Amino acid sequence: MEHFAIWVAAFLTMGIFSFLYKDNAWYKLCEAIFVGISAGYWFVTLFWDNIYGKFWVGKGDDSMLYIGAFLGLLMLMRLVPKIGWISRWPLAFIVGATAGFYLINYFSSNVMRQVEDTIMPLLGPDYSAGAYDIIGNIVIAVGTFSGLVYFFFSKEHKGAFGATAKVGIFFLMITFGASFGYTVMSRMSLLIGRLDFLFGDWLGMIK
Amino acid sequence: MKRQIPLFITFFVGTLLILSVFIPPMETLGEDFTLFFDIIAVFAFFLGGGNLVRVHVTKLMKRKPDWGFSIVTLVGFAFILAAGLFKIGNPGDIASSVTAEGSWFQESFNYILNPLQSTMYALLAFFVASASYRAFRAKNREATILLVAAFIILLGRTPFGMALTAWIPESFSIFQIPNLAIWIMNSPNLAGQRAIMIGIGLGVVSMSLRLILGIERTYLGDDRA
Repeated sequence: MEHFAIWVAAFLTMGIFSFLYKDNAWYKLCEAIFVGISAGYWFVTLFWDNIYGKFWVGKGDDSMLYIGAFLGLLMLMRLVPKIGWISRWPLAFIVGATAGFYLINYFSSNVMRQVEDTIMPLLGPDYSAGAYDIIGNIVIAVGTFSGLVYFFFSKEHKGAFGATAKVGIFFLMITFGASFGYTVMSRMSLLIGRLDFLFGDWLGMIK
Repeated sequence: MKRQIPLFITFFVGTLLILSVFIPPMETLGEDFTLFFDIIAVFAFFLGGGNLVRVHVTKLMKRKPDWGFSIVTLVGFAFILAAGLFKIGNPGDIASSVTAEGSWFQESFNYILNPLQSTMYALLAFFVASASYRAFRAKNREATILLVAAFIILLGRTPFGMALTAWIPESFSIFQIPNLAIWIMNSPNLAGQRAIMIGIGLGVVSMSLRLILGIERTYLGDDRA
């Protein structure tokens, strides 16, 4: 049985790779399988984890969860055109709760925490930092400040302000370069993984 | 009514969650709401799944181009739903986990979904290669900086990068490519990341305020909904 499953996986893997030649029926077949299986997989996972695990079994005495289920049912009103507008209520709940949750959390983690970590003694807490760390601290402070100046569009980027923004662009370019390098590496490692499967698990050429 | 009630719900729930941070007895509200989200998400998936079926059945009925693949999608969807919801082939009984090794559901993940998903992403390696060609042309100063940073990060994580600069004496070890890559990640990259994160944070805060105060209403759609 496992042997057959490996052949299926190899067939699907090569079907996706066939897109490198051109868009073809084999690729479209794999794509169609992917869409169907993927949608069903997440549906089943959410059903067992959330409806069964958290609502049916895990509910206990928490009757508050009925509100969640009620809101979920309202979501289905979209299927009835005449009262479809009721489905806006759970949507409004999600939007409101996400906004309230993110407002505090993003302000705390993305703004306050990052500012706090940037404003620090350049020479170390007790003047003990070495040259390597001091340069690093200066680069972080200057880079963060100039990067923020670049994102400030309420003032025209010219003069000293423009020059600072220009320095900010350089730092942002380094960040994009680093992210790009990492993305290339992660995609390559996935590719190596798939080739390892084809030549190892399927063809047995790699022991 | 169609717009005022949702706007009130957004305002009420958003304000309540903000206040809950400052009022200790309300601290668990965030967790409760997260549970609500999870439950609502399943119903949203009902809609999503229903929509998938509707789109493909319509395509099938009208014999639109490539309608044959819609059959494959529908069969795949029905198969995984049956395997997962009825726990077909589960080694234990119905009470055992749906993801138990050996179950049809888990085997479908291992041998169908996982290979398809990872190959889709792996395929991007080839497209990234062609994007690299365009990005790595040092047309101006900014592009050159991007190129150099990406190149050092790429080389720094490979044995080749280590071998290339192994001759540099220990006192100048910072110029060895792996160390340079670490320094780039920890200093200039971190600075850029922080600027972006602070920018995103401020953007999220202002957008959240717009939503809670009812200034931003696009999520409600139009009244024909």
